[in-house]
Amino acid sequence: MKNIIILGLCLMSFSLGAITKINGAGATFPYPIYSKWFSEYQKNKHDVEFNYQSIGSGGGIQQLLKQTVDFGASDAPMSDEDLKSAAWPILHIPTVMGAVAIVYNLEGAPNNLKLSSEVLVGILMGKIVKWNDPALKLLNPKVDLPDKDILVVTRADGSGTTSVFTDYLSSISQDWKTKVGNGKSVSWPVGVGGKGNEGVTGLVQKSQGSIGYVELAYAITNKLKVFALENSQNEFVLPEIDSTSQSAASLTTKDFSGDLRISLVNAKGKKAYPISAFTYILLPVKQGNVQNKEIKNFLLWALTKGQKFAPELHYAILPKKLSESLIKKITQLKD
Amino acid sequence: MLAIAIIMLIVSLAILLFKLSLPAISKFGIGFIWGQVWNPISEEFGALPFILGTLTTSFVALLIATPLSISVALFISEICPKKIGHIIGIFVEMIAAVPSIVFGLWGIFSLAPWIQNSATPFLKSTLGFLPLFQGPSYGIGVLAASLILAIMIIPTISSFCREVFRTIPLQTKEAALALGATRFEMIKITILRPSFSGMIGGVVLGLGRALGETMAVAMVIGNSHRLAISILAPGSTMASVIANEYAEASNAMHMASLGYIALLLLVVTLMVNGLARFIIWKWSPKI
Repeated sequence: MKNIIILGLCLMSFSLGAITKINGAGATFPYPIYSKWFSEYQKNKHDVEFNYQSIGSGGGIQQLLKQTVDFGASDAPMSDEDLKSAAWPILHIPTVMGAVAIVYNLEGAPNNLKLSSEVLVGILMGKIVKWNDPALKLLNPKVDLPDKDILVVTRADGSGTTSVFTDYLSSISQDWKTKVGNGKSVSWPVGVGGKGNEGVTGLVQKSQGSIGYVELAYAITNKLKVFALENSQNEFVLPEIDSTSQSAASLTTKDFSGDLRISLVNAKGKKAYPISAFTYILLPVKQGNVQNKEIKNFLLWALTKGQKFAPELHYAILPKKLSESLIKKITQLKD
Repeated sequence: MLAIAIIMLIVSLAILLFKLSLPAISKFGIGFIWGQVWNPISEEFGALPFILGTLTTSFVALLIATPLSISVALFISEICPKKIGHIIGIFVEMIAAVPSIVFGLWGIFSLAPWIQNSATPFLKSTLGFLPLFQGPSYGIGVLAASLILAIMIIPTISSFCREVFRTIPLQTKEAALALGATRFEMIKITILRPSFSGMIGGVVLGLGRALGETMAVAMVIGNSHRLAISILAPGSTMASVIANEYAEASNAMHMASLGYIALLLLVVTLMVNGLARFIIWKWSPKI
């Protein structure tokens, strides 16, 4: 009996030794696609095991700086200060793209009402408080908008979604930039806050006359009504996977060669949805590290074969130009 | 030995919080307590909206829960038959076992719409002249959080009161009845009066839970950082703002300010407990 146990332990330790365990932590937004990727990737590669903790972008950066994980993941790019305090140079590798949808709940109103950037800022600053405001009526002349209060629903917890959304608001409105600014949590002039995308979704679903912002996937899976939002070319664009991808289409190879902490909000292009963003894997540039080598192999797979899993989970794939230049960048790194 | 360990634990907690909040303490000083602005971008932080939120929700919750809990305890221990009382007691205590997130969900999906559509019109038509009940109601807000807290602390207060009532000797009650007291007078003289300090103890235990309750409150209070007098408006409590913003605090000062709030919450809780102890000591029947 004893021998069998010892044999078993030996076998276990043997198999444990052969598997490279890779720890990552960070953003919750890409968690569904990352876990899909890990399981697909491990089907053909049994000797690596990924463990990803979706603790939030800020947490991922902290863990990476404290060297408790092999890679981090974040929606908002790292600040220069954070980059400086890291033990290794850190590369931002975009993996997929996401969008922030402006959702609403108004009984009797059709889906896809039009919303201009000016009116959006007006609502969020508390200057437009009724659904039948002339500015909203002017955008949607055929719709009979009711005399109802607008309830703004925001994120109460610090989040990458808020960071992208307020980045967009700051880019379209000087007023917003000086009075509120952009970041993971801001001091909202009006409205109520829900915790997490699911909290905002719940509040919007429960409150008549509400307007909120959530990640695209939540808008789609919960069948929320979404606004067609005015982009930089004055076109009204719906938040969709294609229109999200379009916002990176205008980037050039020159953009890709340098710092990849690129803001995509209010991008050029007639079909581009204005509130789009990359989500990043934060890759430390280490040499002679087994885990690091495996992460690079995984990234090369994710940027090629992995991309096809993105649309079914409501993420936008990277433009080909970008993924090609990323692959080049990663393969040039020394192991 | 263990007692010393527990004291050490509280002290080390306070030291840890103090260390964490040191940058905020040195920057804002004591003015942090009445600072009204909470803006992570401009790094301006003040805790007044959260302190008021915590005190308001807890106070309103106590206002609702205390009479209810005492009546429930009296009903179970004195009025209804023993067997039925036992069953009711079990149900009341079961409320304490419901996870707070379940209360939060119930709050969003049932309580908030009820407040918006039924309670608010009633409150406005009767007490609408008070600034406490003005402004639009979104359902979720300070009132919703207070109601949820009230329900959550009822089992704590009522089971504590029940235990206190149980210590009253049967002879005293019978003596009161024999002297011609009505049942109501008997309850008033022989049960409620000697149990006063005990009931305060139960209320304080409930208050302790209300002050620190986080999840359910964060889900229904609306999480706004703005100072509002109306209990229909959204607000925030000290615990809910920490839970919401801690994980993604955007900079060191933000983190330190959240630590400062935690320190204040600890101080408020200890002070409330101390005050209650003082009341108990002052009003205990002198034998």
